[in-house]
Amino acid sequence: MNGVPPEHALMLACGLFLLGMIGLVVRRNIVFMLMSVEIMLNATGLAFVAAGAQWGQPDGQIMVMLILAMAATEVAVGLALVLLLNRKFKTLDVDSASTMRG
Amino acid sequence: MEVTFYISSAIALLSTAMVITRLNAVQALLYLIVSLLAVALVFFELGAPFVAALEVIIYAGAIMVLFVFVMMMLNLGGSALEQERRWLNPRMYLGPVLLALALGGEMALMIGNTGPAAHAIATVPPKEVGRSLYLVYPVAVELAAMLLLAGLVGAYHLGAGKWTNKEEEITPGFRDRKAPGNPAIKERSI
Repeated sequence: MNGVPPEHALMLACGLFLLGMIGLVVRRNIVFMLMSVEIMLNATGLAFVAAGAQWGQPDGQIMVMLILAMAATEVAVGLALVLLLNRKFKTLDVDSASTMRG
Repeated sequence: MEVTFYISSAIALLSTAMVITRLNAVQALLYLIVSLLAVALVFFELGAPFVAALEVIIYAGAIMVLFVFVMMMLNLGGSALEQERRWLNPRMYLGPVLLALALGGEMALMIGNTGPAAHAIATVPPKEVGRSLYLVYPVAVELAAMLLLAGLVGAYHLGAGKWTNKEEEITPGFRDRKAPGNPAIKERSI
């Protein structure tokens, strides 16, 4: 009984990732899709931390910090896109922006 | 103390399931914050206290506040007051508050229990993380900096590009420079 077995942490990460992916596929509201992507990134970070804790190395935590920087960038650009979509189409439905001009 | 791990993972899974099934975006955000806090507790349990702190500060703090701001910007309409009234209904925030209280109790339990068995798993202290970050992965730090800069430029380009009204097609920042008595700028068709 020493510590949490890493398989359980990986199973938790897998469950969170699956929930995020289900949300990404099922929802059509762009805000919910962004939230689902956040959940998936978070689950990936959890898997990294679990692997790092297994070997007692700091590399997993460093990967989580890089994922954090990427998630911040992604949210900034994604929310700017949300505002743009809302201004142009007056809706948050991603299917309304299904055509390209070009 | 593996019990806290299992409780917080159950809370994380439950609140994440609530996130993807809510219809109201603000309620989903509250559940998402609870989920992130639960994952932070899992990080702490896995021996990564630095990343747990970062998760609370950056994810649940900064990024989620950005989400809330955008949500509030999208809902600026005539019915804003009525919406506020509906959001202050206790049914809106009862579930997230209960889950967050469970997490808080768990944290108090972990703070109170500082015996030798409290940290069965080897903790990687922040000092080691910082040393490894700047000695082993300096290129990754620079890449992250460039990524953040690219995100900044991209968000500025998308967000501040053309907030034009129909009557005057100029960007808001440019209008201040258009002095009434300055023909050189006035003539320019914008």
